[in-house]
Amino acid sequence: MNKLLEIRDLHAVVDGKEILKGINLDVNAGETHAIMGPNGAGKSTLSAVLAGRENFIVTRGEVWFKGKNLLEMPAENRAREGLFLSFQYPVEIPGVSTVNFLKTAINEHRKYSGKPPYPPGEFLKMIREKMEWVGIDSKLLNRSLNEGFSGGEKKKNEIFQMAVLEPVLAILDETDSGLDIDALRVVANGVNRLKGPGNAVIVITHYQRLLDHVVPDVVHVLHDGRVVKTAGKELAIELEKKGYDWIKQQSPGEN
Amino acid sequence: MSTEQINSDLSAIFREARKPLRVNSNELLDRHREEAFLHFIASGIPEKTEEYAHADLLPAFDRDYHLMLRPPRLKVNPDALFTCNVPGLDTRVRFTVNGWTARVDEPLELPGGVVICSLPTAAERYPGLLELHYNHHAGKRDTLASLNTAFAQDGIFINVPDGVNMDKPLQIVNLMQGNNNNVMSFQRNLAIIGKGATATILACDHTLSDNAFLSNSVTEIALSENASLDYYQVQNQHVEASRINAIFVTQERASRLDANTITLYGGFTRNNLIVALAGEGSECNLHGMYLSDKKQRVDNFTSIEHAAPGCRSNELFKGVLDDSAVADFTGRVIVRPGARKTEAYQANHNLLLSDEARVNTRPQLIIDADDVKCSHGATVGQLDDEAMFYLRSRGISEAEARLMMMFGFAHEIVGRIRLEPLREQIDNLVDKRLRGELTKCYNCVRHCKKTS
Ligand SMILES: Nc1ncnc2c1ncn2[C@@H]1O[C@H](COP(=O)(O)OP(=O)(O)OP(=O)(O)O)[C@@H](O)[C@H]1O
Ligand SMILES: [Mg+2]
Repeated sequence: MNKLLEIRDLHAVVDGKEILKGINLDVNAGETHAIMGPNGAGKSTLSAVLAGRENFIVTRGEVWFKGKNLLEMPAENRAREGLFLSFQYPVEIPGVSTVNFLKTAINEHRKYSGKPPYPPGEFLKMIREKMEWVGIDSKLLNRSLNEGFSGGEKKKNEIFQMAVLEPVLAILDETDSGLDIDALRVVANGVNRLKGPGNAVIVITHYQRLLDHVVPDVVHVLHDGRVVKTAGKELAIELEKKGYDWIKQQSPGEN
Repeated sequence: MSTEQINSDLSAIFREARKPLRVNSNELLDRHREEAFLHFIASGIPEKTEEYAHADLLPAFDRDYHLMLRPPRLKVNPDALFTCNVPGLDTRVRFTVNGWTARVDEPLELPGGVVICSLPTAAERYPGLLELHYNHHAGKRDTLASLNTAFAQDGIFINVPDGVNMDKPLQIVNLMQGNNNNVMSFQRNLAIIGKGATATILACDHTLSDNAFLSNSVTEIALSENASLDYYQVQNQHVEASRINAIFVTQERASRLDANTITLYGGFTRNNLIVALAGEGSECNLHGMYLSDKKQRVDNFTSIEHAAPGCRSNELFKGVLDDSAVADFTGRVIVRPGARKTEAYQANHNLLLSDEARVNTRPQLIIDADDVKCSHGATVGQLDDEAMFYLRSRGISEAEARLMMMFGFAHEIVGRIRLEPLREQIDNLVDKRLRGELTKCYNCVRHCKKTS
């Protein structure tokens, strides 16, 4: 099997506090994983550590991405290697237009893989096509990145960026939160179009509703900085009914 | 040299210059010299005064400068013309070199009866207008402006008659050029915008040679009832240039001023923007941006006087500072008794990229009326970590992410430029400036030489 991501005994601290306490997780190409777990479990911390946020300090463990040592790469190189994080709280960047930002990003990706910059005409064509996928208003392109976007627009913009950058591994951190039903379908559609035998998706969510559309192969439960349970897609349905208490009682070894 | 020494040197220069000043000027300008010089010399070069609290003017004045008291034979390098070209923007261009206006092959009177000429020509042809306006707006408000009045001989004059919408923006290109000399100049401009008239003025300041320069210029602007003016000034000089640039504006009823002061490069820069909202319902929007690094100093001093009821002022200045650059911002707002329903908003935001860069920001609100809405705010911050990570997580390098964010920060000012071609040009210049690239379209070959 083609292993895309291997996380081994990952520990991370922030401001002297240990948040990740030994994460183990494997993702193969072609798979969709869901990560669930109570508030404060460390889901966003895990995704930030994977994406290269520097204020989280890895104290132990290792992460391999496409067979390369992920933790040795700066954030930008992780992205250029094909890792994409859809932020739980996308950041507003005043004065930087969405279209310029995307052009810069994609050309940096291309430079990294030895390709020339996108020809401007083709770039706009591609952008328009991807906008249609995601059903994003073209007016947003010329506005400052995420500035004044509604909650749902910000999330759609994350999926739009994902569609443009075509990552190998996409991590969606609560991209479904705050979306109306139509937007949810749009986001699910975007994700499903990305999926292929060579890529994988990790969906972090609190709800079953996104998983109805983006069906996971594996569901993990994160609690207090550890993966405490891993099972098939039925687990998400069970969690929705029963909550987390019954899992919190179990020790990590029991699943 | 001490300040006393420089003051006494300036007195000596003024004494010797009396005659050539008179020969090469106009009586309407001469009238004001003696009194202006007395006003200047009474306190001399300002040191730690209320208005010049942080400005260290000594290094700017403490050099040997050549003062051209008669019109030089001007040969404007055609490249200079090209370098100030804003693609897609059709302007009426006028040049000055070291404060002296260059001849142009255009008639004195333009469509709509608009007049653009040199100040002495205006004094000859339209003495009535000069009697009314010359030194009326600057007066004795600032000692360095008085020093200008004492020495002023030339500059650009524009009069837009009542009800006329000027067909094209006036672009004033001020060049400083020395052969083997350091040069000092006292350019004096006057703009009169008639009732209900509209105009756009773009002033660019550049240096064309490697010498040290000191320009102490004054621009007086009269906005009549319902007049509307967009005034843009862009400075891109070299590090050996010192520039004191004072704008005095008087606004009548329901007039509007949008001023945009962009300081891209210079050694020492002091911008004085002094606005009197004299007529009811007038409005001014003062925007400014400064990008400084190395040892540059930029000092923006603004003073808005709300003298009539129902006026609005809006101020936003933003700066990006690196290395050991120092910036000052003063936002003085005076609300006179009776100026009811005044609205005055002010903000100054700064981005510090190094530990040594410094900013002094001072709001000064003097409010003597009721029913007044005033606000002020200042921030001094670093690039946002969260935003940096967001950009990098999309594959954008750290260096590029920093540039994008600085550019975005500055764009809040640049984005307000109404003329699209100019906005694009300035965006472009800002981008190049932030990248430390030679701004090819502007003549700043000296920058890299001087600063590397
Ligand atoms: N900079 C920080 N300093 C201290 N504690 C932090 C910091 N950042 C995160 N934490 C803590 O780490 C824990 C995990 O946070 P994280 O955001 O990863 O949780 P989560 O599983 O994503 O939760 P949610 O479902 O609410 O999004 C929380 O207790 C949080 O308060
Ligand atoms: Mg979270």
